[in-house]
Amino acid sequence: MKVKQLSVFIENRKGNLAPVLSHLSRGGVDISALSLADTSDFGVLRLIVDKVELAQKILSEDGVIVKVTEVLAVVMNDHPGGAAEVVNILADNHVEIEYMYACAGKTLGKALMIVRVDDPAKAEEILCANGFGDTKANEIYRI
Amino acid sequence: MSIRNPEIECMPREQIVAMQNERLVAQVKRCYENVECFRKRMDEAGLTPDDVHGVEDLSKLPFSYKSDLRDYYPFGLFATPMSEIVRVHASSGTTGKRIVVGYTKNDLAMWADCVARMMEAVGLDERDIVQVSYGYGLFTGGLGAHGGTEALGATVIPMSSGNTSLQIQTMVDFGATALCCTPSYALYLGEEIERLGLKDQLKLKAGIFGAEPWSEDMRLQIQEKLGLKAYDIYGLSEILGPGVACECECQAGMHVWEDHFIPEIIDPDTCEVLPEGESGELVFTTITKEGFPLIRYRTRDICSLNYEKCACGRTHVRMRKPSGRSDDMLIIRGVNVFPSQIEEVLLRVSGGDITPNYQIVVDRVNNTDTFDVNVEMSETLFADDIRSIEAVEKRITSGLRDMLGISAKVHLVNPKTIARSEGKAKRVIDNRKY
Repeated sequence: MKVKQLSVFIENRKGNLAPVLSHLSRGGVDISALSLADTSDFGVLRLIVDKVELAQKILSEDGVIVKVTEVLAVVMNDHPGGAAEVVNILADNHVEIEYMYACAGKTLGKALMIVRVDDPAKAEEILCANGFGDTKANEIYRI
Repeated sequence: MSIRNPEIECMPREQIVAMQNERLVAQVKRCYENVECFRKRMDEAGLTPDDVHGVEDLSKLPFSYKSDLRDYYPFGLFATPMSEIVRVHASSGTTGKRIVVGYTKNDLAMWADCVARMMEAVGLDERDIVQVSYGYGLFTGGLGAHGGTEALGATVIPMSSGNTSLQIQTMVDFGATALCCTPSYALYLGEEIERLGLKDQLKLKAGIFGAEPWSEDMRLQIQEKLGLKAYDIYGLSEILGPGVACECECQAGMHVWEDHFIPEIIDPDTCEVLPEGESGELVFTTITKEGFPLIRYRTRDICSLNYEKCACGRTHVRMRKPSGRSDDMLIIRGVNVFPSQIEEVLLRVSGGDITPNYQIVVDRVNNTDTFDVNVEMSETLFADDIRSIEAVEKRITSGLRDMLGISAKVHLVNPKTIARSEGKAKRVIDNRKY
């Protein structure tokens, strides 16, 4: 299913990540998945949170550059080959992955993959057809 | 000590002034008749060439500015028909547009003579072999030094800039006795020579270095590493190129060739002429140039003048090394850089609404200028993926290189991290020491 992701610009300098996360924690924002892509100069922090609009408001008011983007969240089986299965389906159907990250889930035997692709509509259709369609919101946000 | 033209170079002050009076009157008349920009300004000030009888009237005349060169781009300020212009040079202006200057045959001869005078003033003659490592091309440095060397009758090696190992090999193999380049490049060459252990194979005795600010400490280092005496030279394309002023063997200020140029020092705020010896903005009037004459041109360089006769015997006024600028221009690796040029590039990259907040940081590491531009990230520049952000960085970097001709390191930084004082961001941090 499509979910909203927060992308945050962070200059790659000591102590720049902590305040961003602290602001979110003070606002009671719960993070279910997080990735940090970095270069030597800067990083992009990507977050899946329960209260997207609140989080965006908190960060913007503090002068943090933040954008909301749509990505796909896929609940997959947490066993060897679970991630490969999802990625292979996308590859076989010529869907290109721009970036992805994953975390182990709270539901026993399940894991969560967040993926950004070049053609989200096509990807969603294919994943549904392959049995990865019935992801529920509660499985993502408090998985 | 040898003097190329003692009659001129050692002329008593009253004779210099008499010569300047005559030449200034003729030049003002010529400019009024042939240069629209100057005529308009004179008319606005209610002046005619008849109001000018000599140097004492100079302060009445309107100033000219670098922006005039842009406004009348490319040839609008020339005072002769193009059929008499035999060469043009150009350099970067305050915005994207270059500034263009033109020379007649007589101008080129005068220029070469000015450079030859200064070469002789630092002890060179026709037996010398001069390696010119200023860039050749639109920049005035290379061809300016070249013409002067030929006028002197010395042997010129027209190396141009770049290719350090070939520079060193040429210097050694051809037995160069003098070197012309930027001081930072001279120091770089000196370090390479030191590393290669070739210093004892050099025959260099004098170096003529200019086009960028340098410190006394740098002078000592260059002298030590290259085993020569390092002389400071001053020039700017608008007035001539290299050769407007240069140190003599006494190294007590740079002689301005007053039979061709009248310098004044003004208060850059009130525009009043300052008393002798005081520090202010240097203003030049070219009294013999035909193709591209300028009356009271604001150089924006801050320095002072000394009219005392020099120990070398020359009477022509000496200017102190400029201590700064009255505008925000920076000289980085010998190239003139204005913050407005950086703003223009940033505005273009960000799509044209608001200029992202930025800061220029200049320093000198291993005798080479470092040039960093910090740009605050904004909603319009930000994208979700690294590749797009890096593409923004690259667009800024290549935009700056196209605009300035030198490379800057661009860093995207957090919003509101560039220090502001009273709401205005500090645009330039120059950590170089002069």
